[in-house]
Amino acid sequence: MADKILYTRPRSIRDVKTHYCPGCGHGIVHKLIGECLDEMNCREKTLLVAPVGCGVLAYNYFDVDAIEAPHGRAPAVATGMKRARKDKLVISYQGDGDLLAIGTAETIHAANRGENITVIFINNAIYGMTGGQMAPTTMEGQVTKTTPYGRDVTDVGYPIRACELLNTLMAPYYIERVSVHDVPNILKAKKAIRRALQNQLDGKGYSFIEVLSMCPTNWGVDAQTGADWVRDVMMPYYPLGVFRDKGTEEASRVQ
Amino acid sequence: MKKPLIAIEKCKGCGLCIGACPKKILELSSAFNKQGVNYPVCKDESSCIGCKFCAVICPDCVIEIAETDGEV
Ligand SMILES: Cc1ncc(C[n+]2csc(CCOP(=O)(O)OP(=O)(O)O)c2C)c(N)n1
Ligand code: SF4
Ligand code: SF4
Ligand code: SF4
Ligand SMILES: [Mg+2]
Repeated sequence: MADKILYTRPRSIRDVKTHYCPGCGHGIVHKLIGECLDEMNCREKTLLVAPVGCGVLAYNYFDVDAIEAPHGRAPAVATGMKRARKDKLVISYQGDGDLLAIGTAETIHAANRGENITVIFINNAIYGMTGGQMAPTTMEGQVTKTTPYGRDVTDVGYPIRACELLNTLMAPYYIERVSVHDVPNILKAKKAIRRALQNQLDGKGYSFIEVLSMCPTNWGVDAQTGADWVRDVMMPYYPLGVFRDKGTEEASRVQ
Repeated sequence: MKKPLIAIEKCKGCGLCIGACPKKILELSSAFNKQGVNYPVCKDESSCIGCKFCAVICPDCVIEIAETDGEV
């Protein structure tokens, strides 16, 4: 009796053990990107820009060509790569410390120029790699290594909403926030990523997908509690949805 | 018949698959794998509906979903 395999690891993801902690959202997002690259038959034309952060070794896990950017500079590196090689599919993969702290300038200006790249932003409300310091996206009151009494917004400011911020700019083509804390949302996240990659293939310009993601280790919880925390604490402050879709705007103008 | 194929040595024991299964047929093993963690086992393959939820949520590509021709 032959087994037909209905679901397996995508070809674009290598069959290697990752260094990610149990229940970490990075692995789920890797898989979604990998599935999209497989389905779009784009594995061999993809150039991945890996960040500094827990995603730093992403080039060991994706079976695509990749480059490692200095901390926060991934969208600048991606800009150069895409401008030099317009035939490639360029993905900038970044965490919240990378994209919204040290790399804020690069993030905003790449978006403001409307670079034809796809940015995948992993918002796990913490600096994961360095051991759990406060990130720009850390929730009010959240205890981290550098906010032992909880994030005090009167002292260090409020959590930054990246999608809303970038949505004030004229140039971005597509902006959406998704989550990977449960299966229905993972499936929606995949659609969003696919859309963002297709926009680039179609030469539409800058697409930004923010993914609410789990860091159980530095949140000090088990994996399921981490997933529930995304739903109960992060999602009310970081609402999911499409913030910008010039494709739909274009389509409605045609009608 | 559909069923999960669980590559137990790749499992990190996070348990997300167990919470995701709508049929509640996955449970953590009492045995450990070589990484030293408990892994999911399917206690009732005949109840599996092949929804893939366990496999989709697994961050480590541990689970495949297979369809057999039914002569179990
Ligand atoms: C120029 C520079 N400054 C600081 C660091 C230290 N550092 C490494 S990763 C990181 C933040 C990582 O957090 P995030 O981008 O949210 O990624 P995560 O690990 O949470 O996925 C920092 C501050 C560095 N490597 N280089
Ligand atoms: S520290 Fe957090 S973000 Fe980094 S691998 Fe572990 S769970 Fe994932
Ligand atoms: S495929 Fe669905 S029903 Fe079967 S074990 Fe996985 S989650 Fe449960
Ligand atoms: S989701 Fe994957 S890694 Fe986590 S317990 Fe299940 S099989 Fe193991
Ligand atoms: Mg982070």
